[in-house]
Amino acid sequence: MKKLINSVEAVEEQMILGLVKSAPDKLRKLEGGNVVVRAQKKANKVALVSGGGSGHEPAHGGFVGEGMLDCAVAGAVFTSPTPDKIFEGIQAVATDAGVLCIVKNYTGDVLNFEMAMDMASDEDIKVDHVVVNDDVAVQDSLYTTGRRGVAGTILVHKIAGAKAETGASLEEVKAVAEKVIANVRTMGMAISPCTVPAAGKPGFELAEDEIEIGIGIHGEPGTHRDKIASADEIAKTLLDKILADIDYKNREVVVMVNGMGATPLMELYIINNFVQDYLKEAGVKVYDTMVGNFMTSIEMAGFSITLLRLDDELKKLYDAPADTPALKR
Amino acid sequence: MIDTKKILEIIAAIAKKIEAEKDFLTELDNEIGDGDHGINLARGFKSVEEKLPGLADKDIGAILKGVGMQLVSTVGGASGPLYGTAFMKAGNVCKGKKNLTAEEFAAAFEAAIGGIKMRGKAVEGEKTMLDALCPAYKALKDGIDGGKNFLDALKDGVDAAAEGVEYTKTIIATKGRASYLKERSLGHQDPGATSSLYMLQTTLEVLQRS
Repeated sequence: MKKLINSVEAVEEQMILGLVKSAPDKLRKLEGGNVVVRAQKKANKVALVSGGGSGHEPAHGGFVGEGMLDCAVAGAVFTSPTPDKIFEGIQAVATDAGVLCIVKNYTGDVLNFEMAMDMASDEDIKVDHVVVNDDVAVQDSLYTTGRRGVAGTILVHKIAGAKAETGASLEEVKAVAEKVIANVRTMGMAISPCTVPAAGKPGFELAEDEIEIGIGIHGEPGTHRDKIASADEIAKTLLDKILADIDYKNREVVVMVNGMGATPLMELYIINNFVQDYLKEAGVKVYDTMVGNFMTSIEMAGFSITLLRLDDELKKLYDAPADTPALKR
Repeated sequence: MIDTKKILEIIAAIAKKIEAEKDFLTELDNEIGDGDHGINLARGFKSVEEKLPGLADKDIGAILKGVGMQLVSTVGGASGPLYGTAFMKAGNVCKGKKNLTAEEFAAAFEAAIGGIKMRGKAVEGEKTMLDALCPAYKALKDGIDGGKNFLDALKDGVDAAAEGVEYTKTIIATKGRASYLKERSLGHQDPGATSSLYMLQTTLEVLQRS
């Protein structure tokens, strides 16, 4: 394992400290936990809390700030944070308007957030949650835990965050978050694996000519292995699956071409070049495009494509100002 | 009879066993999950071990509850809330007790399984820790009800758990992260069922020693 770290044990905390020190006037870390909150607590609005395992930077701490999250709780690498830490985060940002937790659909995340919300309810904090499940690679059925929550989560942060800033009620913020979830779809792939620092070796192996289609953001396997193909062919495979899932025709969309951590922007732009042309041909109108690393898997190489179907409300909230380390509008 | 001293010994021995099997559990999880089961459980039980001296003069209920809370706050992932809830629920049943009879041990075990089912919204046959724990409980209970001595009944339980782990190789996961693999999860034993088996094996080993 070759990584720019100081010790395996210190990875998460030093990462969070470094993030906070990159924006010391805007972010603060809670004592005794890897919990990032806004430097100035904002009253009179619904507070948004998210989080999950570390290793997805800039998610989620990088999206704490005006117009997006109030708090992000970081667990160990690829491991959900524990209920006590999530509860501390909820407590730190809770307002009379309530708290909305944005949870990615992974069993661990859901269980730990549920326990934390039980603890918050016991303290008379008004708290509710939404579960993001945008990954079309995995089957949503009675026979699985449901679709995973991946890069589309960032758009839930953005739009629910904007809604919360308007002073909307907890019910209204939750409703708009669910509207985003209903309209956002993502699919990803990897060309090389990543190494969890504590494990010391890659979570899976891919031969020189192999790729994994439908990969999750923790290096967990996707739908199938394939032979490497051109960027355009791979992007087409992912897009076709997304476009087949809900009807995007003649609709305006936000496109996110998201790097998995070790993919150069050069390649992401090559992907985007195809994505834009292909969507145009398919009759999908691109309202805005985000290209970059938003929801990563440490140093995995690969990318995901996310499409969010917009309506007037979502468009307006998407365009609302945001000032966070990883996303500004 | 199982007294508080034995319970503390069992917990300490489980911590050692999980640490020893950490890499193997992680290996199993790499195949069908996200490869952190051993790492997470070992981190949790290490912190449990550090807490044990502070629990030494408590009753069995308080010890098990303390173990559960520590697991919940240090393991993370899905196994933290699941094992944490299991120990806390078992603790509830043993409240105020300094000794457990065979029947009381079985009742605590049953409560632990109930906690896992409730928190994980899972049942047997979904390729989870329940596939080791449920048959183990049934064998233990049948043994006790049939008049076997406790250690023999517990041995039946451990054997049933081992069979349960084997059984997880033959079924498709429908809960947890392995569920996404569908038929690709076949042939792999479930890491959670495996760690559950280790806990039961270790319990038996400690009790057999005395």
